[in-house]
Amino acid sequence: MPVGRTHRLRHLRVFRGTPEDGGELVEYSVPVQEGMVVLDALHWIQANRAPDLAVRWNCKAAKCGSCSAEVNGRPTLTCKTRLSDLPEDIPVQVEPMRTFPLVRDLVTDVSWNYEVNRRITPFTPPEDAPEEAWRWQQEDIERVQEFRKCIECFLCQDICHVLRNHETRNPFMGPRFLVRAAGLELHPMDRADRTPYLKDGGGIGYCNITKCCTEVCPEHIKITDNAIIPLKERVADTYYDPVQVAWRKLFGRRSEAGSGQPIPGQPSADGS
Amino acid sequence: MSRARDQYETHAHDVLVIGAGGAGLRAAIEAQAAGASVGLVCKSLLGKAHTVMAEGGVAAALANVATDDSWRTHFRDTMLGGKMLNNWRMAQIHAQEAPDRVRELERWGAVFDRTRDGRILQRPFGGHSHPRLAHVGDRTGLEMIRTLQDRAVASGLAVYMECTITRLLTDGDRVIGAIGYWRTTGDMVVFRAKAVVLATGGIGRAYQVTSNSWEYSGDGHALAYEAGAELIDMEFVQFHPTGMVWPPGVRGLLVTEAVRGEGGILRNNENDRFMWRYLPDERRHEYAETDSEASRWVEALREGRQTDARQPPELSTRDNVSRAIYTEVREGRGSEHGGVYLDISYLPPELVRRKLPSMYEQFRELAGVDITTGPMEIGPTCHYVMGGVRVDAETGASTRTGLFAAGEVAGGMHGANRLGGNSLSDLLVFGQRAGVGAAAFAKEVAPDKPGSGELALAGTELAAPFDHHSGTNPYRLHAELQATMQSLVGIFRTAEDLETAIERLGELRAKWATIEVSGPRAYNPGWNLTFELKNMLICSEAVARSALQRTESRGAHSRIDHPDPDPAWAKRNSVVSRDGDQMRVGHSRLPEMPAELRELITP
Repeated sequence: MPVGRTHRLRHLRVFRGTPEDGGELVEYSVPVQEGMVVLDALHWIQANRAPDLAVRWNCKAAKCGSCSAEVNGRPTLTCKTRLSDLPEDIPVQVEPMRTFPLVRDLVTDVSWNYEVNRRITPFTPPEDAPEEAWRWQQEDIERVQEFRKCIECFLCQDICHVLRNHETRNPFMGPRFLVRAAGLELHPMDRADRTPYLKDGGGIGYCNITKCCTEVCPEHIKITDNAIIPLKERVADTYYDPVQVAWRKLFGRRSEAGSGQPIPGQPSADGS
Repeated sequence: MSRARDQYETHAHDVLVIGAGGAGLRAAIEAQAAGASVGLVCKSLLGKAHTVMAEGGVAAALANVATDDSWRTHFRDTMLGGKMLNNWRMAQIHAQEAPDRVRELERWGAVFDRTRDGRILQRPFGGHSHPRLAHVGDRTGLEMIRTLQDRAVASGLAVYMECTITRLLTDGDRVIGAIGYWRTTGDMVVFRAKAVVLATGGIGRAYQVTSNSWEYSGDGHALAYEAGAELIDMEFVQFHPTGMVWPPGVRGLLVTEAVRGEGGILRNNENDRFMWRYLPDERRHEYAETDSEASRWVEALREGRQTDARQPPELSTRDNVSRAIYTEVREGRGSEHGGVYLDISYLPPELVRRKLPSMYEQFRELAGVDITTGPMEIGPTCHYVMGGVRVDAETGASTRTGLFAAGEVAGGMHGANRLGGNSLSDLLVFGQRAGVGAAAFAKEVAPDKPGSGELALAGTELAAPFDHHSGTNPYRLHAELQATMQSLVGIFRTAEDLETAIERLGELRAKWATIEVSGPRAYNPGWNLTFELKNMLICSEAVARSALQRTESRGAHSRIDHPDPDPAWAKRNSVVSRDGDQMRVGHSRLPEMPAELRELITP
């Protein structure tokens, strides 16, 4: 990359290493151009200093959610974090997401998320709905569309203290998959009931609504207020509301299509 | 230290799909549903493919907004937009089947924006005579890929993530699998398959200014070429008119055509709405006569009602708008950073934020520009390749037995210029067809085992860059390639430039053979880039040689030394194929369109 009008340098401290060698922070000085983002700086380092620096990225447009990392300790997309928005007097520290096992340098193993996702009952519309049933007003789907904005960057999973600090040994699907479940549950044509799964297999009760996930979401999805709390209410109504409980005992419940499979053990950055 | 790996894992499937964007996912879902065992390989994590960046919408004549729309008008628009070089049968199938494919996505859980009467909303786009693009704000690609991804995962097919394919395995005349490596470990992996579907997207990373992600290195084009399949129409590379131009780090990033679809106006530094001057005579009557007619059209669109006003001049086809912007800038009427202005700020801010939420975010966060209060600076960016693997319209079969292709890697559907929105519909329609085609083929043949020679060769190729000591850095070589393609094989071309480009590409190829890589094999981006560079070099040469051969201007291919269309070339597809170590370039006769379809275009 050519050096722009200015030759001002910014210092970065980038995590390099593998689980075997433990890794360390390595300093690089990078010439700065106007509007430069952290990912630009990492690319400059790859092209000029460390050709094997491992970074996961795809679109560089904040649309694919691949380049998640922790910049100055905060989970963020490196492609939309501008150097000019970070304090100038200290080096920019770039580290991999801490919640997931390290692969190399800034790349982590996020496959646990894909395993969790597979456990969620997919979209289940009625098989015989007539064409007219597939008409909805824009207002009826706006909430679902909010949840479907998720780009699966897993920053919410990374910041979630339940997952990050291994606060429970029991399964907890994490904010990303509560958002997916909410998007399915609120879809006007979905007929599955994921409530039992959310309560047991998904561990929704472990979320104690600290809203950290909402704060880091690059798509500005109101994860806690709009997805998790309504799902928690749904679970509470079903299992703890005496009227509902009695009703269920008398008449049975709605179709319960949950896969019933437990989600796999939680990810662990220390490999345990 | 020897890095050759003696051990490798092997997976066997009936159908192997390479690429997990829209086309690959759709093909995999269909092949699985047809009873085949399916493996789906992708270079990235699942759900990150380039389709996720598609913004404006998927074109299908649902006739929800314009009730007089039909597959016939969609077919006509597509053929005219492609300057009649399209494979007519593909264009016909595409127009006829796109509505079913879109409705099917809705049945699988996609949540499109709605009309007032609750149906799928459709927006206008360049070159489409009717509002035709089903969409979700400006993140349609994300909605599509998530829907397809969830469907594919629920179907139980095998997904191999972060796996790069470097070679197709062949046995005589047949493709029988593929070989590659895991990006996370660098270890070799072999896939045996009765049929292989390429769905690897485009080649845009060969250019400096591009809207394409790093994955777009022409892998499928090059794999097919190396395996002996034909590529057609490679000279047709689409430059999207509106990419960001500032700041430098985001130069080329896509600004969706939906900005113009919603009423965005293009102006130069003299505040002149220059597109009025660039409308081609033969289609002038399809566009508004005055600013006020164009405004009436935008107003009617906003209120969701029919109008007799015609569309604004900004909605001309992409090839034309890109040339116009390029010319304005070259003649000194450009913006501060070498683009022109695109303005949507005259519309109510809340409308802009609702219709174009990710554009609003993109400019606010990456450029510090509020598009609800001022104009964007934009310029052309390499976006799409119309050319690709020659396929059978019905099944997606390439000219090599056992090899299929769908989506951007396949050629023919879009002719000399693709209309916006026709890519998302293309990948659904032909992804589905390739899935059917590959599964049916797989039922007919017995599995075959790759020869040990081919596997050993692939292993040696993987290890070689670590043994070189030339000092040739893959990143620098990539930058040289991009500079060559950008300056010599861009929007406007001449024989002299193209000849120079071909010579330079030869030099770069020689350098590539000695490229030096350091570090481990595990997640090593310099090493990964080496194999992508090989593919980009093949594709770049195919583009340059095809462009030199076509001595006319048509659609996205503009020759300064041959500025007019040539009736002789109107009937020819360019054809590229491998002849030993040489690239053979020729042409073949364009398939003849039946009279009843011809009448739809020129009644």
